[in-house]
Amino acid sequence: MAAQESTSKRTKSPTTQDEDVLASQIDTSALDADVDAILDEIDEVLEENAEDFVKSFVQKGGQ
Amino acid sequence: MSVHRIMGIETEYGISVTGQPSMNAMVASSHIVNAYASLVGAVGATRPRWDYELESPLRDARGFDISRADADPSQLTDEDLGLANVILTNGARLYVDHAHPEYSSPEVTNPRDAVIWDRAGAVIMHRAAHLAQAATGMQFLLYKNNTDNKGVSYGCHENYLMRRETPFTSITNALIPFFITRQIFTGAGRLGRGQDGSSVGFQLSQRADFFEVEVGLETTLKRPIINTRDEPHADPERYRRLHVIVGDANLSDTATYLKMGSTAIVLAMIEAGVPEILGLMPAQPVREMHAVSYDYDLAHLVALERGRSMTALEIQAVFLEAAWTFCDGPLGIDEQTKDVLVLWERTLDFLNNDRAAAAHTVDWCAKLALMEGYRRRDGLSWTDPRLALIDLQYSDMRPEKGLAFQLERRGSLARMVSDDEVAHAVARPPRDTRAFFRGECMRRYPDNIAAAAWDSVVFDLPEAETLLRVPTMEPTRGTAAHVEHLLDRATTAGALVRLLQGDEAAPE
Repeated sequence: MAAQESTSKRTKSPTTQDEDVLASQIDTSALDADVDAILDEIDEVLEENAEDFVKSFVQKGGQ
Repeated sequence: MSVHRIMGIETEYGISVTGQPSMNAMVASSHIVNAYASLVGAVGATRPRWDYELESPLRDARGFDISRADADPSQLTDEDLGLANVILTNGARLYVDHAHPEYSSPEVTNPRDAVIWDRAGAVIMHRAAHLAQAATGMQFLLYKNNTDNKGVSYGCHENYLMRRETPFTSITNALIPFFITRQIFTGAGRLGRGQDGSSVGFQLSQRADFFEVEVGLETTLKRPIINTRDEPHADPERYRRLHVIVGDANLSDTATYLKMGSTAIVLAMIEAGVPEILGLMPAQPVREMHAVSYDYDLAHLVALERGRSMTALEIQAVFLEAAWTFCDGPLGIDEQTKDVLVLWERTLDFLNNDRAAAAHTVDWCAKLALMEGYRRRDGLSWTDPRLALIDLQYSDMRPEKGLAFQLERRGSLARMVSDDEVAHAVARPPRDTRAFFRGECMRRYPDNIAAAAWDSVVFDLPEAETLLRVPTMEPTRGTAAHVEHLLDRATTAGALVRLLQGDEAAPE
């Protein structure tokens, strides 16, 4: 692939990966503890009645 | 060459009134703008109006004007509808555009300042909502997002001043593939697919699904990837203003910075005719715009016109490589340009190898990490309303409620400009563009400004029979270096006008 030929001293081009590698990349398990701490904080501020709240957010057109 | 050029960001905010879903959106937006106008002293009959004299929103960069009879009414932005509008002392414009409150930042010269004055806009919006609540008893909620997930979108537009002589076709040839693939770091994240969000699934961009054609003049219907509105607000012989409508409103400072910085560098490469960034045109741009946005694994292969296929990351790597070669020449590279390039490189690397690290700067990664966390901890399905709430509340402008602000406070989302810098930018203009003249005139002589616009300030002097219009057609003039000594000497608007007239008559 052409893009793989553009590797230089400064920047290493991303290469094509197989699906398995990508699947493991979106796994956030290494940071679960940190994420859980964030979620605990967010639990405190999330609006009540999520369904109604989201449903009532209706906008008119814009640019 | 560098990231430095005249630029600005205009953002339409989502708005709702608690308990009053049927309230007219224009009225609600007017409450926001009028409340802030009262705070800054621009009230009633003395409020300077917007000067529309030189606006021409129906001029097309491809070289023809469409007639008013052919235009959709929503395109006619230059007819003063009597909607709320205020020109701020920081050089920005706060007004009602369609059915949203909009903050158009003052002109700045670099991406870092774009972040500062964009963030000042968010502070202004929040303050305005507070004031509107105090004035009306109603609670106004503002969101820095781009869709209600029910079929409606509203924009966060970037503006870049370009040289007039650059052929428009060379702009579109390089920018279409750039815009389609920059979504991987500019996307603010969205839960829902299709314009009405009725299909389940996460995607990178708030805006992607609302783009239906490649090139065109419209901004509210059949939105084009490249918008051809040619309204330079400057000398049209020398400049065009590239009006970019594909971007998401970013909450992450770094995302805004990289969006503005990388785009500015690509524009410099287009103006210089750098050949390495050509030949990347997708065979089906609109379809690829959507496909890249839907692909949060970043594995999708974009089919190019010439039969090759590349991922969005690979296409971005071509732009980045060309940018390094172009910017880091024998004359050296300035600090901010180098900073943007290093950040661009690191961001692509994180997107490729370390998604958790990317979540510190890329909005969609931060948002997705929250959603994945809730799914794992509470076993939520993608259709759970709490995930839709996270999508919406990420962009809530209330500091205590907005999830992006929450992530910033705990250091999970990086900040790059300080509260002090932002507070200063709420009140004061950038010093290095004509916004300095506009903003300082508003601050020093508010009672003597009849109107103002990007390219003019109109004075109403007690000693003069007619209004006096001072054109500001050159965005790089009217800076502190040009006019601050005159402003400091002029204790009245009349004295300033006389000094300006004397200054112009004086030999160079």
